[in-house]
Amino acid sequence: MSTTIALAGNPNSGKTTLFNALTGARQHVGNYPGVTVERKEGFYVENGLRFKVIDLPGMYSLTAYSLEEVVARNFLVQEKPAVIVNILDASNLERNLYLTVQFMELGIPVCIALNMIDAAQKRGIQIDADKLAGLMGVPVVATVARSGQGTAELMQATGRMIETGEPKAPLVISYGEDIDEALAEMEQEISALAVDSEFPARWLALKFLENDEQILEMCKTADPALSVKLEKIKERLARHIAGTMDTCTEAVIADHRYGYIKALVRQGVVSHHQDQDRLFISDRIDRVVTNRFAGPLIMIAVIMGLYHFTFTYSGLPVAWLEGLFGWLGGLTEAALPDGLLKSLIVSGVIDGAGGVLGFTPIIMFMFFGIAILEDSGYLARVAFMLDRVFRSFGLHGSSVMPFIISGGIAGGCVVPGVMATRTIKSPRERLATLLTAPFMNCGAKLPVFALLVGAFFAENEARVMLLITLIAWSGALLSAKLLRSTVIRGESTPFVMELPPYRLPTFRGLLIHTWERTWQYVKKAGTIILAISIVLWALMTFPGLPDSQLEAFEQQRESLHAAAVDAVEAELLLIDAKEAEAALRHSIAGRIGTAMERVSYLAGFDWRTNIALVGGFAAKEVVVSTLGTAYSLGEVDPEQTGSLSATLASDPNWNPVVAFALIVFTIFYAPCFVAVVCIAREAGSWKWGAFSIIFNTVIAFGLAVLVYQLGSSGIFGA
Amino acid sequence: MQKLSLRQMKENQRGVIAAVRAGGELGKRIRDMGLVPGTEIKIQGRAPLYDPVAIRLMGFTLTLRNNEADYIEVMVED
Repeated sequence: MSTTIALAGNPNSGKTTLFNALTGARQHVGNYPGVTVERKEGFYVENGLRFKVIDLPGMYSLTAYSLEEVVARNFLVQEKPAVIVNILDASNLERNLYLTVQFMELGIPVCIALNMIDAAQKRGIQIDADKLAGLMGVPVVATVARSGQGTAELMQATGRMIETGEPKAPLVISYGEDIDEALAEMEQEISALAVDSEFPARWLALKFLENDEQILEMCKTADPALSVKLEKIKERLARHIAGTMDTCTEAVIADHRYGYIKALVRQGVVSHHQDQDRLFISDRIDRVVTNRFAGPLIMIAVIMGLYHFTFTYSGLPVAWLEGLFGWLGGLTEAALPDGLLKSLIVSGVIDGAGGVLGFTPIIMFMFFGIAILEDSGYLARVAFMLDRVFRSFGLHGSSVMPFIISGGIAGGCVVPGVMATRTIKSPRERLATLLTAPFMNCGAKLPVFALLVGAFFAENEARVMLLITLIAWSGALLSAKLLRSTVIRGESTPFVMELPPYRLPTFRGLLIHTWERTWQYVKKAGTIILAISIVLWALMTFPGLPDSQLEAFEQQRESLHAAAVDAVEAELLLIDAKEAEAALRHSIAGRIGTAMERVSYLAGFDWRTNIALVGGFAAKEVVVSTLGTAYSLGEVDPEQTGSLSATLASDPNWNPVVAFALIVFTIFYAPCFVAVVCIAREAGSWKWGAFSIIFNTVIAFGLAVLVYQLGSSGIFGA
Repeated sequence: MQKLSLRQMKENQRGVIAAVRAGGELGKRIRDMGLVPGTEIKIQGRAPLYDPVAIRLMGFTLTLRNNEADYIEVMVED
């Protein structure tokens, strides 16, 4: 058995670096049950000590407003770690202690790690750790997590705390006469009834006064009579405070908490040896990097750089993987007799596994690149500079990265894009980004556009491609606005955000971060994706052609053999292609496509297009190859679409209006199922996965009908 | 001395927080970050589109949207 300790602290205090330093590779990333908040745990085993270390989400306070804070709070009261190792940024003592004080009020033993003590010293900040320890009544150890300095001492101090094991009485701060009086009264009421022994009574009363929704709700269900009594005391106090001080109870509580900290720090804990207003290197960098003119230019360069890094450098490993799976497929093709089993293994399992793993290099590069930007502090600057634009659509400044990676610069990929939304800390803004990022033009949609533009808009290629990008962006932003004023309506989450000083990321931290996330994708999403790709294979395969039809094709082949030898090869291929077309139309997917013709004619789509679009749910580039099969051209390589393009251009059912309607439909309709799986995982519910399929397809169809009907009515002279 | 809202402050101007008029989550977030009466602040700069605003307090930099800064009253030197 090992003792559990929790690692907690403000964001940007070096918590993750300390966690990595303590646990090394012995860590595990999961989720708290039912929510998307990451739960990281690992083991510290050294010097005869053995701790299970839980890395709590970074937070500034213990309110019930954010999921992270609720999760952390529940963990602390329910799983009762032996000690909270509270990591503080030594350069920011006062604000960091605000959280420490709240831990101590909760009555859990705290051991303080005064982190980045070297950076503080460089800034001329001298901290008397012993004095702080004496005043707070808790151990304080100076650390530099990045180099591992002080971590052994920190764990020893923690070990000593656990050994002595004396229970800590919760810290009691005076909140001024009025509040103290109310607190005492409430405390008495609560203790008399013992609503919930998990929380200290005074802490419950305090949270009640702070209007903490979780606690209010808890009291109401546990004991309505008590809740009414407490509510009365709260209201009386609120009236009194409003009358005498013209403010609210929460404000007075925060004032006193900070007052307590400021008084403590002023007793010689911190001394400044330099002018506090001196511009540090970080501020000087910001002068340029967030400058009105240089800032946006640098930002464009960095975003383009990230994009290039994610998609260009991952190209080689992606090609290796494709090669590997192609080779495996070929091997199986040769080894197994023709038939269903072969088809299942080659088209279902191998292609499916290839599909899962094919994304991994992109995901790895994306997480690595984003982690560099995030750890260095630059991502916060991007959010700062772009917030004004994205806020107008109910999004957040950080929404830009997921959009760009998803294909905001044509050719991205929605799967890593959706995962990049993890950098958005505001829940509603994050969900809106998650649901609209698939409208961006990912690399798999490009072959579809290339085919249609090549066939119908060859003379305006560049202009049409630009138009496609603009349609995707305006569609994504406007539908984000729509979602934020309907299904995900609600106040925008406060932007109150820290701009952390620029720091060099640690290579080890980057690698651990990247590896954990990628592995999670392969393990969790991968299995589901593989299962769905087998289902899709079945949809396109079953039911097979009836024997009579198969025989008919066989007879055609034989009669060909009997006839002239010339051009037999070509003719045979043609029959194969015709058979494939017939088989496709006969399959479930084909029947769905044919059945939908009755509706889809409104947008100018016939059954062939419908089947291709159904196939596109597997991966958007499949639209091209399926269209090829449906037009009896055999398997069309999405990179070589010359013959298909010519067929479409000369087909009477096709014209530029139909082509454009299909382009619009392709931009907006249901994301491929890999993306849907990832959306559901990131949003924490399959409901949102299903929503993205339906919502996107409805929008896509509406717009395609609009384009087709307006275009055909001759308004544009077409 | 003169009281004005944080939005009206100019770049590099200094002041002392007088009151935070926001309640609910916004008020809580603002106060949690140390923006309580008595804290000294300085306007560090504004984003390229003049919103959000970056302020410096207690040795770190914080950003706020202008419509959030409206709730914060600051005492400044004339």
